[in-house]
Amino acid sequence: MTAITLIEAVNKALAYELEHDPNVVVYGEDVGVNGGVFRATDGLAKSFGEHRVKDSPLAENLIAGLAVGMSAMGLKPVAEIQFLGFIYAALDQIISHASRLRNRTRGRLSCPMVIRTPYGAGIHAPEHHSESIEAMFAHVPGLRVVIPSSPSRAYGLLLAAIRDPDPVIFLEPTRVYRLMKEEVEDNGEALPLDVCFQLREGNDVTLVSWGAMMHETLQAADELAKNGITADVIDVATIKPLDINTILNSVHKTGRCVIVQESVSTCSVGSEISALIAENALTSLMAPVVRVSGYDTIVPLYKLEKTYLPSKQRILTAVQQVLEFA
Amino acid sequence: MNQENTIVANFAISYFRYLDENGICSKELPAYLQDPQHIEKLYKMMAKTRIFDKKAITLQRTGKLGTYPSTLGQEAICVGIGAAMKKEDVLCPYYREYGAQFWRGVRMEEILLYWGGDEIGSAFKDNPHDFPICVPIASQCLHAVGAAFAFQYRQEKRAVVATIGDGGTSRGDFYEALGVAGVWKLPVVFVINNNQWAISVAREKQTASETLAQKGIACGVPSLQVDGNDIFAVTQKVEEALARARNGEGSTLIEAITYRMCDHTTADDASRYRPEAELKAHEKFDPIKRVKQYLLSKGDWDEARESKMIESFTQEVNDAVARYLETPTPPAEVMFEHLYATLPRAYEAQYQALKEGTK
Repeated sequence: MTAITLIEAVNKALAYELEHDPNVVVYGEDVGVNGGVFRATDGLAKSFGEHRVKDSPLAENLIAGLAVGMSAMGLKPVAEIQFLGFIYAALDQIISHASRLRNRTRGRLSCPMVIRTPYGAGIHAPEHHSESIEAMFAHVPGLRVVIPSSPSRAYGLLLAAIRDPDPVIFLEPTRVYRLMKEEVEDNGEALPLDVCFQLREGNDVTLVSWGAMMHETLQAADELAKNGITADVIDVATIKPLDINTILNSVHKTGRCVIVQESVSTCSVGSEISALIAENALTSLMAPVVRVSGYDTIVPLYKLEKTYLPSKQRILTAVQQVLEFA
Repeated sequence: MNQENTIVANFAISYFRYLDENGICSKELPAYLQDPQHIEKLYKMMAKTRIFDKKAITLQRTGKLGTYPSTLGQEAICVGIGAAMKKEDVLCPYYREYGAQFWRGVRMEEILLYWGGDEIGSAFKDNPHDFPICVPIASQCLHAVGAAFAFQYRQEKRAVVATIGDGGTSRGDFYEALGVAGVWKLPVVFVINNNQWAISVAREKQTASETLAQKGIACGVPSLQVDGNDIFAVTQKVEEALARARNGEGSTLIEAITYRMCDHTTADDASRYRPEAELKAHEKFDPIKRVKQYLLSKGDWDEARESKMIESFTQEVNDAVARYLETPTPPAEVMFEHLYATLPRAYEAQYQALKEGTK
């Protein structure tokens, strides 16, 4: 077993599925010869041929629409959108068709497809490269939205996403692509979708996050532990459908919850989790649920992007707030 | 620098027709189109489609059907497509191709159920692969190239037909699909159903392009026009394009020129924007009259057979309408039943509540 980065884990999961399932086709802008702008598909065209790892024309809506047609006819397309900020052009195909074909045809046709895309700020990218719009997809019936936060979860969840019979939006935290290494066994074992992963056990507060913000959330939990405050730390992982039970069980125990997310606060996944806790665990709460989010602004260009991103300090302040409430 | 202009590309769009508006055939027909039985089959499906269409409008007017888009005047295109396709091919239709769908095993009551507000209408009991009617304009062109890629990838001798209206050619999906179809040589045939009107916007206000067919030339896709009111021309050109596609020779764009002799849908009133005289002028191009004229002139049809046919189709349509009207409203919980392959645990409580009527 070797320690690998998240981007290498993505590459290994793609290679594994290409190797084991002849219906899997990987394509997108620059994914072939060039191996993807982040190298997620590095070497795959060489190993599996350019008919299976294909450069597509530069058109995001086409990339999504092709996946609808391919998957309805029995292929398992794994398409890359180069940056999440470019996906808006593809929303019509994703929302109007991929998410609905099974329902519209009463199960006769379906879209077992994956759209992978790097997302989030913190890599000094230009405009339109840094958004976290997972809530937009979470709003759409019929989709799955999956966000890994570590190499091992990237590997296991991507395998699960490709094998899932329904469309999956797989958002890869760009900032974490090469942030850490983890030992990942390349054994083709998928992780379950639709469940949260509990990463730390504690009694004083529940910290809920996903994707890139997991990193700061875990740092905050470590810092709290030094002061004798123990936190349940939950990686949501599948944003939609949301496993609220794991979160509720934790909140019943701790009575306090801080949700950490990179996206804007308004109508966010954090808003949904917060509402579900209010509906289902009000009597367990000892303090209002607090969201630590990006600001309700456009993600700034890189001189201010660190200011935009929730910091460990902002998380600690929020935890202090819920601990000190009454 | 050389000031001389050099022409680096030229193109031409050809227009194809066999039957003129009087039903007179000016060219030699391919053998299968000389077979009176085959022509009769084409004619009958066009007639059946029209009888169905008229009935559907009546149902809407009497509150028994939702908004419905008529296909009046466009029967040669859909029937021609249906006749040219093989069973294993796949159709990605826009929403006026009932004749093609009927040819391919979609039931009349399914079309009625769809416009009558029940998803079961797209389940197509006797047609496992075709895509359902596509409402978002031109988006089906991308499904067609995706499906065509799947056939090419598996080296299957199958092809896809995507149909689209003239207004749809203004959309990015149309160009994106043509682009990749050209580059990847995909087995797909695009048929533009140019009925001159995108709801109220005339074709001339959609595009300054001299023909819609030439839009394919820009993408390296062989492109042509046919008389969309000539069932022989549509059938033959779609047939040729499908044969090319199945042989690995790539895609074709066919602009079928016709006229929308109806409102856009039953919710539309074309008299607000369409001159009455223009509609009148197009009546003589009616695709059904034209082929009937041809059959009569050959002695292969007569008014007795005509009445018998109308009677029989009226009965068939009425039976389908009865089956449609007898189909009960589905139980509420079906909303959840095909949302995902397996209902995620997250929605079980909502599903149960809906089923039990408690929420």
